[in-house]
Amino acid sequence: MWDFVRNQYEQILFSSWQHFSLVVQCLILATVIAVVLAAVVYRSSALTGIANSVSAIGLTIPSFALIGLLIAPLGFGVVPAVIVVAFFATLPILRNAVVGLSGIAPSIVESARGIGMSRFRTLLQVELPMAWPIILTGIRVSAQMVMGIAAIAAYSLGPGLGGFIFSGLSRLGGANSLESVMTGVIGVVVLALILNLLLVGLGRLTTPRGIRV
Amino acid sequence: MSELIASNSAESTSTEDSPTGITGANILLDHVTKRFPGQARPAVDGLTMEIPAGKIVMLVGPSGCGKTTTLKMINRLIEPTEGRIVVDGDDVTNMNGDTLRRGIGYVIQAGGLFPHMTVATNIGLVPKMLGWDKARIAARVDELLELVSLDPVLYRNRYPKELSGGQQQRVGVARALAADPPVLLMDEPFGAVDPITRLRLQDELLNIQEELQKTIVCVTHDFDEAVKLGDWIAIFNEGAQLEQYDTPERILGDPANEFVENFIGSGAGLKQLTLTRVAEVGFGDAVVGSPGERAADVLARLIDAGHGHAVIVDERHRPIQWLSRRKLGRLELISNVPDPKLPVVGYRATLNDALDTMLVSSAGAALVTGRRDMFKGVIDVQTVMDAITRSQTAAVLESDQAPVGLNTGVFQAQAPATDADLNETESNGADARAGQ
Repeated sequence: MWDFVRNQYEQILFSSWQHFSLVVQCLILATVIAVVLAAVVYRSSALTGIANSVSAIGLTIPSFALIGLLIAPLGFGVVPAVIVVAFFATLPILRNAVVGLSGIAPSIVESARGIGMSRFRTLLQVELPMAWPIILTGIRVSAQMVMGIAAIAAYSLGPGLGGFIFSGLSRLGGANSLESVMTGVIGVVVLALILNLLLVGLGRLTTPRGIRV
Repeated sequence: MSELIASNSAESTSTEDSPTGITGANILLDHVTKRFPGQARPAVDGLTMEIPAGKIVMLVGPSGCGKTTTLKMINRLIEPTEGRIVVDGDDVTNMNGDTLRRGIGYVIQAGGLFPHMTVATNIGLVPKMLGWDKARIAARVDELLELVSLDPVLYRNRYPKELSGGQQQRVGVARALAADPPVLLMDEPFGAVDPITRLRLQDELLNIQEELQKTIVCVTHDFDEAVKLGDWIAIFNEGAQLEQYDTPERILGDPANEFVENFIGSGAGLKQLTLTRVAEVGFGDAVVGSPGERAADVLARLIDAGHGHAVIVDERHRPIQWLSRRKLGRLELISNVPDPKLPVVGYRATLNDALDTMLVSSAGAALVTGRRDMFKGVIDVQTVMDAITRSQTAAVLESDQAPVGLNTGVFQAQAPATDADLNETESNGADARAGQ
């Protein structure tokens, strides 16, 4: 195991960085999409219901199947990987963003409107900042989940640690095959822990004292 | 909006040298109707109401009577279905709602503060939207915190959850006053605080109003609060139908109809006591002694003056003891130990508070203190009785001489209109009281 790691040292670091970068970029994209969607739907109970069903059902789709299906129209490479990872990352964030935005007391929104804030300004300055801790919780759930999904995205020859897992599994029993799989798995777990810590730190920095629990 | 703000600042500079110092603007609701979709009867039915500049107008009535809807139509948080809203002579019915609201202060229950912003940011929101620079906003925030009796150094960087309910409410008032709006709308502002804090906040609001003279429209379901705060009280029935729009004195002394009587409830006479302040009725003087004096000397002065009790004050002229002739007779020297059960009322207190203090102390009288708790005089039950008699005669006299509608200009309530002729109600608008 140690020999494998020592020999593949540079490759592992490079793949880890690729993996991490893929996940973080997809998370940012997913957050933007989810928040915009949530802002559109949260004031209508019908649309909120649809959004919640979509995020619940979406999470039941096997990620492996989805990426397989995307290879046909999009080919191999980064694009299907990004789409799959961003899709799964969006769902928990969307759910939390809707919960966060609709959980704000109507009196708060009324007082924002009452002092002359426009609808958009109220959303931007009052509702989103107040929902932010809940949205961030969604981002953390997403981050944990898509770390694993990003590994599967390597099936479409996307970037990241998934390559070690698939190459190891494909020649299971062969030399260094188990080590390769273990490297991929442990790498994903370590990256997930690191990202989680970073997100906790981000939460500390971006949550005002007034709404910290 | 810019016109509204401009006219407001122009007005406040022009009124600076006028003796009244009113910074408020008058408001006219002109045949305003609000129908909510899916409801058979309008929530507000053809209401015409003038709100005079610089006065506190209380809207009261049973829940669901449309008083809150009426209030929210003034800043168009709720858009009227029909009718006009005129603020300070400008028709604001069709101007941009957000700009209109930036020029009108708005306070809701518990202050409606934003929990993720500090006190200073909360208060500075409207000035920031109006494009003030940072230094001016910071100065204004401190000024307002002083105005609502919160120390700026201690409170400006706190978050709302680090404040008590009463303090949050004060910050809410400060935020509403931030851009110096001519009009302040309050929706059950003191509903969420405990009774003691509520009384203090009410007193503070009166003090602030004395200084600023805004036009304040305040919704409450508490009739006692309306009597205490209001220059004018509008009593609504369902559909925002005005039952009586009058001064507290007149509503208590001469209710327009049975609905108003029921709404006032029992004890109208006692409630009248809350209309008069101790400072207004005058109080008797007293024999004053100080600690360290010989009791016999004070007793001699007491007998000379023909009084029964002597007031002992400390070096800052605050009352500490109230001694009868018998007690003085038994004493050698006068001590400086304060009596904790001393019946003391402030000169700004109402006769109701004064009477209460007297009853509790069983002395039949109370000591009146002024600024910095300095002793001013003695008030007794007889003084209170005389004041009641006087105010009752005054209320009746006023109602004989001044027909409703001339006191503050025109105010009219729509005669209850049937659904069919809602649009033709202009001709049969009737005086609130004549309509009954």
